Amino acid sequence: MARLIPAGVRPWRGVVLGAAGLYFLVPLLAALVFTVDVPNQGFTLDSYTQIFSADGFTTALLLSLGLGLTTVALALLLTLPAALAVRLSGSGRLRAVLEVVCTLPLVVPPVALVAGIGTVLKWGPDHLASTPLYETFVAVQDPEFPIVLVLAYVVMALPFVYRSLEAGLRAVDVRTLVEAARDLGASWPRAIVSVVLPNLRTALLNASFLALALVLGEFTVAQLLGFQPFAVWIVQASGSNAQLSVAVSLLSLVLTWVLLLVLTAVFRTRAARSARAPRPAKNRSDKNKKEAGA
Amino acid sequence: MTTLTTSSSPGVGDALDARRPRRRGPRASGSWLAALPLLAFVALAFGLPAVAMVDGAFTVNGSYGLGNLDQSVHGAYRTALLGSLKLAATTAGIGSVLGLLLAQAVVTSRGRALREAVLTASGVLANFGGVPLAFAFVATLGNAGVLTTRLGLDRHGWSLYSFWGLTLTYLYFLVPLMVLTVAPALDGLRPQWREAALNSGAGAWQYWRHVGIPVLLPTLLGGFVLLFGSAFAAYATAAAMVGSSIPLVTLQIADALSGNVLIGQENVALALSLDMVLVAALVMAVHLPLQRRSARWLA
Repeated sequence: MARLIPAGVRPWRGVVLGAAGLYFLVPLLAALVFTVDVPNQGFTLDSYTQIFSADGFTTALLLSLGLGLTTVALALLLTLPAALAVRLSGSGRLRAVLEVVCTLPLVVPPVALVAGIGTVLKWGPDHLASTPLYETFVAVQDPEFPIVLVLAYVVMALPFVYRSLEAGLRAVDVRTLVEAARDLGASWPRAIVSVVLPNLRTALLNASFLALALVLGEFTVAQLLGFQPFAVWIVQASGSNAQLSVAVSLLSLVLTWVLLLVLTAVFRTRAARSARAPRPAKNRSDKNKKEAGA
Repeated sequence: MTTLTTSSSPGVGDALDARRPRRRGPRASGSWLAALPLLAFVALAFGLPAVAMVDGAFTVNGSYGLGNLDQSVHGAYRTALLGSLKLAATTAGIGSVLGLLLAQAVVTSRGRALREAVLTASGVLANFGGVPLAFAFVATLGNAGVLTTRLGLDRHGWSLYSFWGLTLTYLYFLVPLMVLTVAPALDGLRPQWREAALNSGAGAWQYWRHVGIPVLLPTLLGGFVLLFGSAFAAYATAAAMVGSSIPLVTLQIADALSGNVLIGQENVALALSLDMVLVAALVMAVHLPLQRRSARWLA
């Protein structure tokens, strides 16, 4: 990555990096100070020790985790066969349809989506009260585990999950892999499960992480439909204990950070092991090297 | 980022398609069958609410009409729409410039560790919108915030719960988003182009004017509209931070949906949602072709 930089350009880089570092670190550090340095109490770790005993914390966290895992499972279960079918059949029309279908959710902001969902949910008591469908409407809104949130979250995650799977599938010659496996006597399910999926591990992990992060931090849909997963709970708790909610916010950031670092570490080891580097930046430098040599 | 990964092996399968046209019949129908659950799901979980939204937006007192849409662009709703547009344009503009500067600073640095750290951090922070972000800023610059009280900012008229407070907060996830968008493009500026320009007697300014900026322009514009769309659609941060003290279209919709203002405003909320969809659709209509264009140049 040798780059010709005129010597005079150097100082601005330090200024930019310094200012950025300040802007991005100060709120985190200040939030930390806010939680441990409570007015009239001095230094205390109470905000952190009382998290687990806080009213409703465990319920909200478990609900969010449950919603997250269900969303990931359903999103992959729906998208994977479709994305594989596009690759295996080479049907241009199917690809175009899926491309549009999986881009559409980006056009509808969560607030607008929830406005639509709320309207549909109101049809239940308004028009369907006397039909068996009404039971379904009640069931999907069970506050213990609101399936309607899973439906909304899968829709919202669809663009990211589909794109990440698509990118993963493009980097492998799926058809040859499947044909080789089939020629060697593997059944269709076995060819998919033990040959194709391992090759897609990075893409699957990536898609799962994106979907999980989306659900764990999601506030808009849940709040407006009146459910109380993690993010909604934080806001609710802030009314009675500001320190506590800031502490939980910080912890949730750290948690996301750790998840992402683990994921990056997985990418790294894979990149080191296989010649085909999944990281775009690495590909690029390889390509540049090749061109420079030619 | 996803489009760039694909350039590593542009369709191994595509080449095969051209070489051996396969038995399309059974294969093709089978593939539609595999995609059927997804399509059915989207029709149910996305199509139905979308239809309900459009239907409600055009329904006035039981019959179809434009009353709600008309109402949604007048009075307080108009203020909210304009407020959202102003906030989105401001934050996207500042965010694009700062993101570009930061990305260029990182990309041109020798240190591989710095680069990795900034890109990883950007990945996390770009998703750090919503409630935790709001609380981090409230703890820092809110009325009882650490910086506000220690530096006495409130005496100088600072308030986080204002347009500029919200702008400062939004930039926290918009700048990283821009870094992620533009860093691959900056990487794609080949050193050879610069060398060629400098060898032909061009100055640094001329290089940027005639080579750098034109190549980057689709990415920059695409990034700008992406940031614009994110800021326009954001709700959680604003709701957790300012309540409804700043007129924003998302806050208005939420208020109308929960019947906070007046009963019977639900259909106006749907009309406002439709306004938002139109803006978002416009954003995507600009962003997607630009993304494809920049991918072509920088492949």
